[in-house]
Amino acid sequence: MSLFGYAQPMIYILFILIYPITNNRFVFLILSFLLGLSIDFFSNSGGINAAASLFIAYLRLPILKMISGRTEFDPVLFNIKSMVFSRQVSYLFILILIHHYIIFQLTYFKFSALQSVFTFTLFSSVFTFILLLFLSSLFINKKR
Amino acid sequence: MQHFFNFIVKYQYFLLFLLLETFAFSLTIYNNSYHKSVFINSTNQIAGGVLKHLNNFESYIDLKLNNQLLLKENTELKNKLEFLKTQKATVLDSSYLPFDQKYKYLSATVIRNEFTKLNNYLTIDKGTLDSVKIDLGVINEKGIIGVVNNTSKKYATVISILNQKSKINVKLKKTDYFGSLVWDGQHYNILQLIDLPRQALIHVGDTVVTGGQSTIFPLGIPVGRIQYIKTNNNYYTKIDIKLFNDMSAIGHVYLIINKDSNEIKTLENTDNIEHH
Repeated sequence: MSLFGYAQPMIYILFILIYPITNNRFVFLILSFLLGLSIDFFSNSGGINAAASLFIAYLRLPILKMISGRTEFDPVLFNIKSMVFSRQVSYLFILILIHHYIIFQLTYFKFSALQSVFTFTLFSSVFTFILLLFLSSLFINKKR
Repeated sequence: MQHFFNFIVKYQYFLLFLLLETFAFSLTIYNNSYHKSVFINSTNQIAGGVLKHLNNFESYIDLKLNNQLLLKENTELKNKLEFLKTQKATVLDSSYLPFDQKYKYLSATVIRNEFTKLNNYLTIDKGTLDSVKIDLGVINEKGIIGVVNNTSKKYATVISILNQKSKINVKLKKTDYFGSLVWDGQHYNILQLIDLPRQALIHVGDTVVTGGQSTIFPLGIPVGRIQYIKTNNNYYTKIDIKLFNDMSAIGHVYLIINKDSNEIKTLENTDNIEHH
Protein backbone atom coordinates (compact mmCIF):
# COMPACT_ATOMS: atom_id res chain seq x y z
CA MET A 1 0.00 0.00 0.00
CA SER A 2 1.40 3.36 -0.95
CA LEU A 3 0.03 6.87 -0.55
CA PHE A 4 1.20 10.02 -2.38
CA GLY A 5 4.23 8.06 -3.64
CA TYR A 6 6.07 8.37 -0.33
CA ALA A 7 4.05 6.81 2.45
CA GLN A 8 4.41 3.07 2.96
CA PRO A 9 2.83 2.09 6.26
CA MET A 10 4.11 -0.97 8.07
CA ILE A 11 1.48 -2.05 10.54
CA TYR A 12 3.03 -5.36 11.54
CA ILE A 13 5.15 -3.61 14.18
CA LEU A 14 2.01 -3.21 16.30
CA PHE A 15 2.95 -6.61 17.73
CA ILE A 16 6.26 -5.27 19.02
CA LEU A 17 4.69 -2.13 20.42
CA ILE A 18 1.91 -3.78 22.43
CA TYR A 19 3.62 -7.03 23.48
CA PRO A 20 3.30 -7.24 27.29
CA ILE A 21 6.52 -6.15 28.97
CA THR A 22 5.95 -8.63 31.79
CA ASN A 23 6.62 -11.62 29.51
CA ASN A 24 10.04 -13.17 28.95
CA ARG A 25 12.26 -10.63 27.21
CA PHE A 26 14.37 -13.27 25.44
CA VAL A 27 11.27 -14.79 23.87
CA PHE A 28 10.12 -11.29 22.91
CA LEU A 29 13.44 -10.52 21.20
CA ILE A 30 13.37 -13.76 19.20
CA LEU A 31 9.68 -13.36 18.27
CA SER A 32 10.28 -9.82 16.99
CA PHE A 33 13.20 -11.06 14.93
CA LEU A 34 11.15 -13.90 13.44
CA LEU A 35 8.24 -11.54 12.70
CA GLY A 36 10.55 -9.26 10.71
CA LEU A 37 12.18 -12.22 8.99
CA SER A 38 8.82 -13.60 7.89
CA ILE A 39 8.03 -10.23 6.27
CA ASP A 40 11.40 -10.37 4.46
CA PHE A 41 10.59 -13.94 3.46
CA PHE A 42 7.76 -12.71 1.24
CA SER A 43 9.16 -9.42 0.02
CA ASN A 44 12.73 -10.32 -1.06
CA SER A 45 14.25 -7.63 1.14
CA GLY A 46 17.11 -9.63 2.67
CA GLY A 47 17.02 -9.05 6.43
CA ILE A 48 15.85 -5.44 6.46
CA ASN A 49 12.59 -5.93 8.36
CA ALA A 50 14.23 -8.40 10.75
CA ALA A 51 17.00 -5.91 11.58
CA ALA A 52 14.60 -3.02 12.16
CA SER A 53 12.09 -5.03 14.20
CA LEU A 54 14.81 -6.50 16.40
CA PHE A 55 16.30 -3.06 16.96
CA ILE A 56 13.09 -1.48 18.23
CA ALA A 57 12.31 -4.56 20.28
CA TYR A 58 15.65 -4.07 22.04
CA LEU A 59 15.16 -0.32 22.43
CA ARG A 60 11.58 -0.58 23.65
CA LEU A 61 12.27 -0.83 27.37
CA PRO A 62 14.91 1.96 27.56
CA ILE A 63 12.60 4.28 25.61
CA LEU A 64 9.65 3.39 27.80
CA LYS A 65 11.77 4.23 30.84
CA MET A 66 12.82 7.52 29.29
CA ILE A 67 9.26 8.55 28.39
CA SER A 68 7.61 7.54 31.63
CA GLY A 69 10.37 9.43 33.48
CA ARG A 70 11.11 6.55 35.79
CA THR A 71 14.43 4.79 36.11
CA GLU A 72 12.85 1.65 37.52
CA PHE A 73 9.33 0.36 37.39
CA ASP A 74 7.69 -2.72 38.63
CA PRO A 75 7.17 -4.78 35.46
CA VAL A 76 4.22 -6.59 37.01
CA LEU A 77 2.26 -3.48 37.90
CA PHE A 78 3.38 -1.32 35.00
CA ASN A 79 1.13 -1.20 31.97
CA ILE A 80 1.38 0.71 28.68
CA LYS A 81 -2.38 1.28 28.76
CA SER A 82 -2.10 3.04 32.09
CA MET A 83 0.23 5.73 30.72
CA VAL A 84 -0.99 9.26 29.97
CA PHE A 85 -2.19 9.62 26.37
CA SER A 86 0.59 12.07 25.39
CA ARG A 87 3.20 9.61 26.65
CA GLN A 88 1.56 6.74 24.76
CA VAL A 89 1.68 8.86 21.62
CA SER A 90 5.36 9.73 21.98
CA TYR A 91 6.18 6.09 22.78
CA LEU A 92 4.45 4.94 19.59
CA PHE A 93 5.87 7.67 17.39
CA ILE A 94 9.51 7.45 18.50
CA LEU A 95 9.64 3.68 17.96
CA ILE A 96 7.86 3.92 14.58
CA LEU A 97 10.29 6.63 13.49
CA ILE A 98 13.38 4.58 14.45
CA HIS A 99 11.97 1.47 12.77
CA HIS A 100 11.09 3.24 9.52
CA TYR A 101 14.41 5.08 9.39
CA ILE A 102 16.33 1.77 9.59
CA ILE A 103 14.07 0.23 6.94
CA PHE A 104 14.56 3.03 4.41
CA GLN A 105 18.25 3.54 5.15
CA LEU A 106 18.90 -0.15 4.55
CA THR A 107 16.66 -0.17 1.48
CA TYR A 108 18.63 2.62 -0.18
CA PHE A 109 21.85 1.14 1.26
CA LYS A 110 23.89 4.31 0.79
CA PHE A 111 24.28 7.54 2.73
CA SER A 112 24.09 9.78 -0.33
CA ALA A 113 20.32 9.37 -0.50
CA LEU A 114 19.65 10.96 2.91
CA GLN A 115 17.00 13.35 1.60
CA SER A 116 14.89 10.58 0.09
CA VAL A 117 15.40 8.43 3.18
CA PHE A 118 14.15 11.20 5.45
CA THR A 119 11.15 12.01 3.24
CA PHE A 120 10.09 8.38 3.07
CA THR A 121 10.67 7.91 6.80
CA LEU A 122 8.63 10.95 7.81
CA PHE A 123 5.65 10.39 5.51
CA SER A 124 5.45 6.66 6.20
CA SER A 125 5.83 7.12 9.96
CA VAL A 126 2.90 9.54 10.10
CA PHE A 127 0.79 7.13 8.06
CA THR A 128 1.74 4.08 10.13
CA PHE A 129 1.14 6.06 13.29
CA ILE A 130 -2.41 7.02 12.30
CA LEU A 131 -3.23 3.43 11.28
CA LEU A 132 -1.75 2.04 14.49
CA LEU A 133 -3.75 4.45 16.63
CA PHE A 134 -6.95 3.03 15.15
CA LEU A 135 -5.74 -0.56 15.30
CA SER A 136 -4.47 -0.32 18.87
CA SER A 137 -7.81 1.04 19.99
CA LEU A 138 -9.30 -2.16 18.61
CA PHE A 139 -6.81 -4.56 20.12
CA ILE A 140 -5.95 -3.04 23.46
CA ASN A 141 -8.58 -3.88 26.01
CA LYS A 142 -9.47 -0.72 27.92
CA LYS A 143 -11.31 -2.58 30.67
CA ARG A 144 -9.38 -3.03 33.86
CA MET B 1 37.55 -18.44 32.25
CA GLN B 2 35.28 -17.71 35.19
CA HIS B 3 35.28 -14.03 34.23
CA PHE B 4 34.36 -14.91 30.71
CA PHE B 5 31.31 -16.90 31.79
CA ASN B 6 30.31 -14.13 34.18
CA PHE B 7 30.53 -11.70 31.29
CA ILE B 8 28.32 -13.88 29.09
CA VAL B 9 25.72 -14.37 31.80
CA LYS B 10 25.67 -10.66 32.65
CA TYR B 11 25.25 -9.47 29.09
CA GLN B 12 23.33 -12.46 27.66
CA TYR B 13 20.37 -10.30 26.61
CA PHE B 14 22.57 -7.84 24.76
CA LEU B 15 24.62 -10.65 23.20
CA LEU B 16 21.46 -12.34 21.88
CA PHE B 17 20.43 -9.01 20.37
CA LEU B 18 23.86 -8.55 18.82
CA LEU B 19 23.87 -12.06 17.38
CA LEU B 20 20.45 -11.76 15.74
CA GLU B 21 21.16 -8.24 14.48
CA THR B 22 24.42 -9.37 12.88
CA PHE B 23 22.52 -12.17 11.17
CA ALA B 24 19.88 -9.75 9.85
CA PHE B 25 22.52 -7.33 8.59
CA SER B 26 24.51 -10.02 6.82
CA LEU B 27 21.32 -11.16 5.08
CA THR B 28 20.73 -7.57 3.99
CA ILE B 29 24.27 -7.12 2.69
CA TYR B 30 24.13 -10.46 0.96
CA ASN B 31 20.84 -9.51 -0.66
CA ASN B 32 22.25 -6.19 -1.87
CA SER B 33 25.05 -7.80 -3.80
CA TYR B 34 23.36 -8.55 -7.12
CA HIS B 35 22.48 -12.19 -7.81
CA LYS B 36 23.28 -13.39 -4.33
CA SER B 37 19.93 -13.19 -2.57
CA VAL B 38 19.91 -16.84 -1.78
CA PHE B 39 17.81 -18.41 0.87
CA ILE B 40 15.41 -15.78 2.20
CA ASN B 41 13.34 -15.03 -0.86
CA SER B 42 9.98 -15.82 -2.35
CA THR B 43 11.19 -18.52 -4.77
CA ASN B 44 11.11 -21.12 -2.01
CA GLN B 45 8.33 -23.71 -1.91
CA ILE B 46 6.39 -22.25 1.02
CA ALA B 47 6.23 -18.60 -0.01
CA GLY B 48 5.94 -19.52 -3.67
CA GLY B 49 3.10 -21.93 -2.97
CA VAL B 50 1.15 -19.43 -0.86
CA LEU B 51 1.57 -16.72 -3.48
CA LYS B 52 0.45 -19.07 -6.24
CA HIS B 53 -2.78 -19.95 -4.45
CA LEU B 54 -3.56 -16.29 -3.86
CA ASN B 55 -2.89 -15.61 -7.52
CA ASN B 56 -5.17 -18.44 -8.65
CA PHE B 57 -8.01 -16.71 -6.88
CA GLU B 58 -7.20 -13.26 -8.23
CA SER B 59 -6.79 -14.49 -11.78
CA TYR B 60 -10.46 -15.59 -11.88
CA ILE B 61 -11.49 -11.99 -11.30
CA ASP B 62 -9.25 -10.71 -14.09
CA LEU B 63 -10.11 -13.52 -16.50
CA LYS B 64 -12.25 -11.47 -18.85
CA LEU B 65 -9.75 -8.62 -19.15
CA ASN B 66 -6.84 -11.01 -19.68
CA ASN B 67 -8.72 -12.85 -22.40
CA GLN B 68 -9.30 -9.60 -24.22
CA LEU B 69 -5.61 -8.71 -24.00
CA LEU B 70 -4.53 -12.12 -25.31
CA LEU B 71 -7.08 -11.93 -28.10
CA LYS B 72 -5.76 -8.53 -29.11
CA GLU B 73 -2.19 -9.80 -29.13
CA ASN B 74 -3.19 -12.87 -31.14
CA THR B 75 -4.79 -10.66 -33.75
CA GLU B 76 -1.69 -8.54 -34.02
CA LEU B 77 0.54 -11.59 -34.39
CA LYS B 78 -1.74 -13.11 -37.02
CA ASN B 79 -1.61 -9.88 -38.99
CA LYS B 80 2.18 -9.91 -38.81
CA LEU B 81 2.25 -13.52 -39.92
CA GLU B 82 0.09 -12.77 -42.93
CA PHE B 83 2.34 -9.88 -43.78
CA LEU B 84 5.42 -12.11 -43.56
CA LYS B 85 3.77 -14.70 -45.80
CA THR B 86 3.54 -12.11 -48.57
CA GLN B 87 7.20 -11.26 -48.05
CA LYS B 88 8.38 -14.86 -47.89
CA ALA B 89 8.17 -15.61 -51.58
CA THR B 90 10.53 -12.83 -52.61
CA VAL B 91 13.02 -13.47 -49.79
CA LEU B 92 13.19 -17.20 -50.41
CA ASP B 93 13.73 -16.74 -54.11
CA SER B 94 16.70 -14.41 -53.80
CA SER B 95 18.69 -16.24 -51.13
CA TYR B 96 17.49 -19.53 -49.74
CA LEU B 97 18.89 -19.73 -46.20
CA PRO B 98 17.68 -21.91 -43.35
CA PHE B 99 16.01 -19.54 -40.96
CA ASP B 100 17.96 -19.56 -37.71
CA GLN B 101 15.86 -18.36 -34.83
CA LYS B 102 17.94 -16.41 -32.29
CA TYR B 103 15.36 -15.73 -29.59
CA LYS B 104 12.93 -18.13 -28.00
CA TYR B 105 9.99 -17.11 -25.81
CA LEU B 106 8.57 -18.81 -22.74
CA SER B 107 5.29 -17.78 -21.15
CA ALA B 108 4.75 -17.41 -17.41
CA THR B 109 2.21 -16.02 -14.97
CA VAL B 110 3.11 -13.41 -12.37
CA ILE B 111 2.01 -14.69 -8.97
CA ARG B 112 3.25 -11.65 -7.08
CA ASN B 113 3.80 -8.14 -8.35
CA GLU B 114 5.31 -5.35 -6.25
CA PHE B 115 5.37 -1.73 -7.35
CA THR B 116 5.08 0.39 -4.20
CA LYS B 117 8.51 -0.20 -2.72
CA LEU B 118 11.92 1.14 -3.61
CA ASN B 119 13.23 -2.28 -4.61
CA ASN B 120 10.46 -4.22 -6.27
CA TYR B 121 10.46 -7.85 -7.32
CA LEU B 122 8.02 -10.07 -9.17
CA THR B 123 7.57 -13.77 -8.57
CA ILE B 124 6.60 -15.96 -11.54
CA ASP B 125 5.32 -19.54 -11.65
CA LYS B 126 8.09 -21.00 -13.85
CA GLY B 127 11.46 -22.24 -12.61
CA THR B 128 14.51 -24.25 -13.63
CA LEU B 129 12.27 -27.21 -14.56
CA ASP B 130 10.83 -25.04 -17.33
CA SER B 131 14.39 -24.00 -18.33
CA VAL B 132 14.17 -20.58 -16.69
CA LYS B 133 17.65 -19.26 -15.94
CA ILE B 134 19.16 -16.26 -14.21
CA ASP B 135 19.48 -13.16 -16.44
CA LEU B 136 16.57 -13.89 -18.77
CA GLY B 137 14.68 -10.79 -19.89
CA VAL B 138 11.00 -10.53 -18.96
CA ILE B 139 8.49 -8.63 -21.11
CA ASN B 140 4.77 -8.56 -21.84
CA GLU B 141 2.81 -7.43 -24.86
CA LYS B 142 3.22 -3.75 -23.92
CA GLY B 143 6.91 -3.60 -23.04
CA ILE B 144 9.73 -4.56 -20.72
CA ILE B 145 9.21 -5.66 -17.12
CA GLY B 146 12.52 -6.87 -15.66
CA VAL B 147 15.26 -9.47 -15.49
CA VAL B 148 15.22 -12.89 -13.74
CA ASN B 149 17.53 -12.80 -10.71
CA ASN B 150 16.76 -15.98 -8.83
CA THR B 151 15.33 -19.38 -9.63
CA SER B 152 14.11 -22.46 -7.81
CA LYS B 153 12.64 -25.61 -9.33
CA LYS B 154 9.16 -24.25 -9.89
CA TYR B 155 9.42 -20.50 -9.30
CA ALA B 156 11.62 -17.56 -10.16
CA THR B 157 11.95 -13.98 -8.95
CA VAL B 158 12.36 -11.09 -11.33
CA ILE B 159 14.06 -7.79 -10.57
CA SER B 160 11.43 -5.32 -11.71
CA ILE B 161 12.54 -2.25 -13.66
CA LEU B 162 11.12 -0.50 -10.57
CA ASN B 163 14.23 -1.39 -8.56
CA GLN B 164 17.35 0.54 -7.58
CA LYS B 165 19.47 -2.35 -8.84
CA SER B 166 17.91 -2.32 -12.28
CA LYS B 167 19.76 -0.54 -15.09
CA ILE B 168 18.68 -1.38 -18.61
CA ASN B 169 20.31 -0.44 -21.89
CA VAL B 170 17.85 1.56 -24.04
CA LYS B 171 17.97 3.72 -27.14
CA LEU B 172 15.85 6.29 -28.91
CA LYS B 173 13.72 4.71 -31.60
CA LYS B 174 14.52 7.41 -34.16
CA THR B 175 18.27 7.78 -33.64
CA ASP B 176 21.04 5.47 -32.48
CA TYR B 177 21.89 7.24 -29.22
CA PHE B 178 22.03 4.87 -26.28
CA GLY B 179 21.28 5.48 -22.61
CA SER B 180 20.31 3.63 -19.45
CA LEU B 181 16.88 3.21 -17.92
CA VAL B 182 16.78 3.62 -14.11
CA TRP B 183 14.12 4.41 -11.50
CA ASP B 184 14.15 7.14 -8.85
CA GLY B 185 11.57 5.35 -6.69
CA GLN B 186 8.73 7.86 -6.99
CA HIS B 187 6.02 6.98 -9.54
CA TYR B 188 5.59 3.43 -10.72
CA ASN B 189 4.88 4.38 -14.31
CA ILE B 190 7.60 7.01 -14.72
CA LEU B 191 11.25 6.01 -15.09
CA GLN B 192 14.39 8.01 -15.85
CA LEU B 193 16.75 7.94 -18.81
CA ILE B 194 20.39 8.62 -17.88
CA ASP B 195 23.82 8.51 -19.55
CA LEU B 196 22.40 9.93 -22.79
CA PRO B 197 25.12 11.79 -24.75
CA ARG B 198 24.56 15.58 -24.81
CA GLN B 199 24.55 15.74 -28.60
CA ALA B 200 21.47 13.49 -28.79
CA LEU B 201 18.49 15.60 -29.80
CA ILE B 202 15.34 14.57 -27.97
CA HIS B 203 11.81 15.87 -27.75
CA VAL B 204 8.87 15.23 -25.49
CA GLY B 205 6.91 12.34 -27.01
CA ASP B 206 9.89 10.50 -28.51
CA THR B 207 9.67 6.73 -28.21
CA VAL B 208 12.31 4.81 -26.24
CA VAL B 209 13.03 1.14 -27.00
CA THR B 210 15.53 -1.44 -25.70
CA GLY B 211 19.02 -1.03 -27.12
CA GLY B 212 19.96 -4.65 -27.70
CA GLN B 213 23.52 -4.07 -26.52
CA SER B 214 23.24 -6.70 -23.82
CA THR B 215 22.40 -10.36 -24.28
CA ILE B 216 19.26 -9.98 -22.17
CA PHE B 217 16.84 -7.99 -24.34
CA PRO B 218 16.73 -8.00 -28.13
CA LEU B 219 16.70 -4.67 -29.94
CA GLY B 220 13.52 -2.67 -30.20
CA ILE B 221 11.21 -3.86 -27.43
CA PRO B 222 9.01 -0.87 -26.56
CA VAL B 223 9.69 0.90 -23.26
CA GLY B 224 7.85 4.23 -23.20
CA ARG B 225 7.65 7.85 -24.30
CA ILE B 226 9.69 10.82 -23.11
CA GLN B 227 7.43 12.89 -20.89
CA TYR B 228 9.66 15.57 -19.40
CA ILE B 229 13.13 16.96 -20.17
CA LYS B 230 15.24 19.20 -17.94
CA THR B 231 18.50 20.63 -19.25
CA ASN B 232 21.37 22.60 -17.73
CA ASN B 233 24.17 24.01 -19.93
CA ASN B 234 23.14 21.71 -22.78
CA TYR B 235 23.44 18.70 -20.50
CA TYR B 236 20.40 16.62 -19.78
CA THR B 237 19.90 16.65 -16.02
CA LYS B 238 16.59 14.79 -15.94
CA ILE B 239 14.65 12.86 -18.57
CA ASP B 240 11.38 11.25 -17.47
CA ILE B 241 9.92 8.37 -19.44
CA LYS B 242 6.28 7.38 -19.20
CA LEU B 243 6.04 3.60 -19.61
CA PHE B 244 3.71 1.98 -22.11
CA ASN B 245 3.21 -0.71 -19.51
CA ASP B 246 1.10 -0.32 -16.41
CA MET B 247 3.46 -1.81 -13.82
CA SER B 248 0.62 -2.14 -11.29
CA ALA B 249 -1.33 -4.58 -13.48
CA ILE B 250 0.82 -7.39 -14.84
CA GLY B 251 -0.61 -10.86 -15.40
CA HIS B 252 0.97 -12.91 -18.17
CA VAL B 253 4.57 -12.34 -19.19
CA TYR B 254 7.08 -13.71 -21.68
CA LEU B 255 10.66 -14.69 -20.91
CA ILE B 256 13.24 -14.20 -23.63
CA ILE B 257 15.87 -16.89 -24.11
CA ASN B 258 18.80 -15.73 -26.21
CA LYS B 259 20.23 -18.86 -27.80
CA ASP B 260 23.51 -17.13 -28.58
CA SER B 261 24.04 -15.61 -25.11
CA ASN B 262 26.63 -18.20 -24.03
CA GLU B 263 28.49 -17.87 -27.29
CA ILE B 264 28.58 -14.07 -27.02
CA LYS B 265 29.69 -14.15 -23.40
CA THR B 266 32.47 -16.63 -24.07
CA LEU B 267 33.66 -14.56 -27.00
CA GLU B 268 33.70 -11.38 -24.91
CA ASN B 269 35.64 -13.10 -22.14
CA THR B 270 38.33 -14.47 -24.46
CA ASP B 271 38.70 -11.00 -25.98
CA ASN B 272 39.31 -9.55 -22.54
CA ILE B 273 41.93 -12.14 -21.68
CA GLU B 274 43.86 -11.51 -24.87
CA HIS B 275 43.95 -7.77 -24.38
CA HIS B 276 45.18 -7.76 -20.79
